Amino acid sequence: MIYRKALMLLAATSILAGTAGLAAAQDVTLTIESWRNDDLAIWQEQLIPAFEAQNPGIKVVFSPSAPTEYNAALNAKLDAGSAGDLITCRPFDASLELYNKSQLADLTDLPGMENFSDVAKSAWQTDDGSATFCVPMASVIHGFIYNKDAFEELGLQVPQTEDEFFAVLDKIKEDGNYIPLAMGTKDLWEAATMGYQNIGPNYWKGEEGRLALIKGEQKLTDPQWVDPFTTLARWKDYLGDGFEAQTYPDSQNLFTLGRAAIYPAGSWEISVFNTQVEFEMGAFPPPVKAAGDTCYISDHTDIGIGLNAKSPNAEAARTFLTWVASDEFAKIYANALPGFFSLSSQPVEMEDPLAREFVSWREKCEPTIRSTYQILSRGTPNLENETWTASANVINGTETPEAAAERLQEGLTSWYEPQQGN
Amino acid sequence: MTVQPASKKPIRWHIAVFLAPALLVYTVVMILPLFGTLQLSLFRGTPEAQVFVGLENFRTLLGDPRWSASFWNALWNNVWFFIIHMAVQNPIGILLAALLSNPRLRLRGFYRTAIFVPTILSFVIVGFVWKLILSPIWGVAPSLLDLVGLKSLFAPWLGKEEYALTTLGLISVWQFVGIPMMLIYAALLAIPDEILEAAEYDGITGMAQFWKIKLPLILPSIGIISVLTFVGNFNAFDLIYSSQGAMAGPNFSTDILGTFLYRTFFGFQLQIGDPNMGATIASMMFFIILAGVCLYLFGIQTRLRRYQF
Repeated sequence: MIYRKALMLLAATSILAGTAGLAAAQDVTLTIESWRNDDLAIWQEQLIPAFEAQNPGIKVVFSPSAPTEYNAALNAKLDAGSAGDLITCRPFDASLELYNKSQLADLTDLPGMENFSDVAKSAWQTDDGSATFCVPMASVIHGFIYNKDAFEELGLQVPQTEDEFFAVLDKIKEDGNYIPLAMGTKDLWEAATMGYQNIGPNYWKGEEGRLALIKGEQKLTDPQWVDPFTTLARWKDYLGDGFEAQTYPDSQNLFTLGRAAIYPAGSWEISVFNTQVEFEMGAFPPPVKAAGDTCYISDHTDIGIGLNAKSPNAEAARTFLTWVASDEFAKIYANALPGFFSLSSQPVEMEDPLAREFVSWREKCEPTIRSTYQILSRGTPNLENETWTASANVINGTETPEAAAERLQEGLTSWYEPQQGN
Repeated sequence: MTVQPASKKPIRWHIAVFLAPALLVYTVVMILPLFGTLQLSLFRGTPEAQVFVGLENFRTLLGDPRWSASFWNALWNNVWFFIIHMAVQNPIGILLAALLSNPRLRLRGFYRTAIFVPTILSFVIVGFVWKLILSPIWGVAPSLLDLVGLKSLFAPWLGKEEYALTTLGLISVWQFVGIPMMLIYAALLAIPDEILEAAEYDGITGMAQFWKIKLPLILPSIGIISVLTFVGNFNAFDLIYSSQGAMAGPNFSTDILGTFLYRTFFGFQLQIGDPNMGATIASMMFFIILAGVCLYLFGIQTRLRRYQF
């Protein structure tokens, strides 16, 4: 008894003595697994200090690995039990699989989750939407970035409708000083992501069409899914010489060097372009069919962050995740990385004008995510990958829009039950 | 006192001891994985466990319309890739070797080195450099053609379905032409001077000497080169992957068995990897290569006449 008392006394005095080393030893250290090694500086210099200042006793370490190795490395670490407390989540199936294996914890009731819309959470939910397992961090928005100087020089207005869009392209082509559209088909995904998924939501009415496709109520051969291909096929005449062998970096360079007037973009380009261009840039959302139509944009959920189910520091980790769901995090993150937008329902103040332009579309347009990402790319053939080839073929003119749509539908029907019924 | 029969040979342990390290390493890194792959191709993964399905995966690969379309497309592309090498790389290699073995040629060492250097370059570099050279935007190919007034011949070759694979085949030929050249060159040097002198006495010189004397003597080397080309081509992957990506565009026109295997085994983008089907494709590649090599060993090599000097 006396002995124990003495020990407690000793412990008490040592806490009172409060040496720095001892205090640190009682801190909880959280480790974040991530593929975003580009963001290391932002985490270390801005995000983590902001969090630690408010939460003494919790230390955070951001430990990223190479993007291409992330999924494999993370799976191995989780299986071995050596993964960090917080896991940066890829959207959809990759993370869902981790949740199903009970490697990601259920965060449905996490304080702060209410700040996100259903679309924002859809990338990290079970198919029925009953459980959410990652806090949405950022999305990327599709649209078109244009060279403002070139538009002024040629006296062009930002197009609102598709007809205006093609009229603008015609004028740029006629003038001959600029390549109207900076896009190539060599890397395939450019055609699908910057092309099909960029303009498509206006045709299939965003979430309405996307969900109907998942339920099996619409088919890829329906006009709203074929028409984007038909429009894409018209782009061919406005692309640069030899676009068939033009790669993604080629397209970026053509635009930033001022040789092309319009760049079909994803908002992640903003931070890259800002450092490279010497002209003023503007942006416009994908043009609608007729003036006054509701516009739809692809506001694609890209990064989330979840909790390792086996983390010994779950309490501290949940505190951190609640902070990630807060306005403060959103503001720092969105400003440090213009082009990666917070998914929070509350608008975030941003300084970058181009990023502000992109995010302003959320007010007037209906957001959706890329149609092929949820559920529909689970089987073989993989709808997303097939869409890459189909989009490139259609632009190259080697496959008609109808034939491409037919092929995609056939592939989807071959394994996806809801599409087999009718 | 009995005399031990001397006929019993001592076991020669040293042979086993000397063979062991290499055999062990080879078994661990080559033979076991090979059988592992073959075994994997006979199973199918379910959420619970791997289930034995016999040849079901092979039936899917060859019977399912989608799988078989991809497979035959990749196989045909691979055959075409091989044809290009056999028709272009090896004749050029032989020609270069014949030129280099000419004792009157100056700067032989320089040419030999210059032609051989691309072989030691990394595929990634070769793929990248050629992508730049042929780029319609920054490349030197369009401007060079323009210089000689042939700009109209230029096309974005790597982006056209009908040219992409042939272009890649020729890039690969450019990279590897040094290997047949070196092997043939060595074989040509090994021909004894007496034979050539005898031929000259008989009035066989110049081209006739090459066709009638040298070529028959280097045929075994050409055979070896053909087999090496065959194995190398049907295992090819790196060049296509580094210049066209795993989707082997445009429209899978450059998809060969190696890229098809990679996409299937490891998955790509949203496609999740399927190790069992991947192993099935790998096994098919193994069987194809095995069949090709056996055909050569038993069908051709045994008939080649060897000359002992």
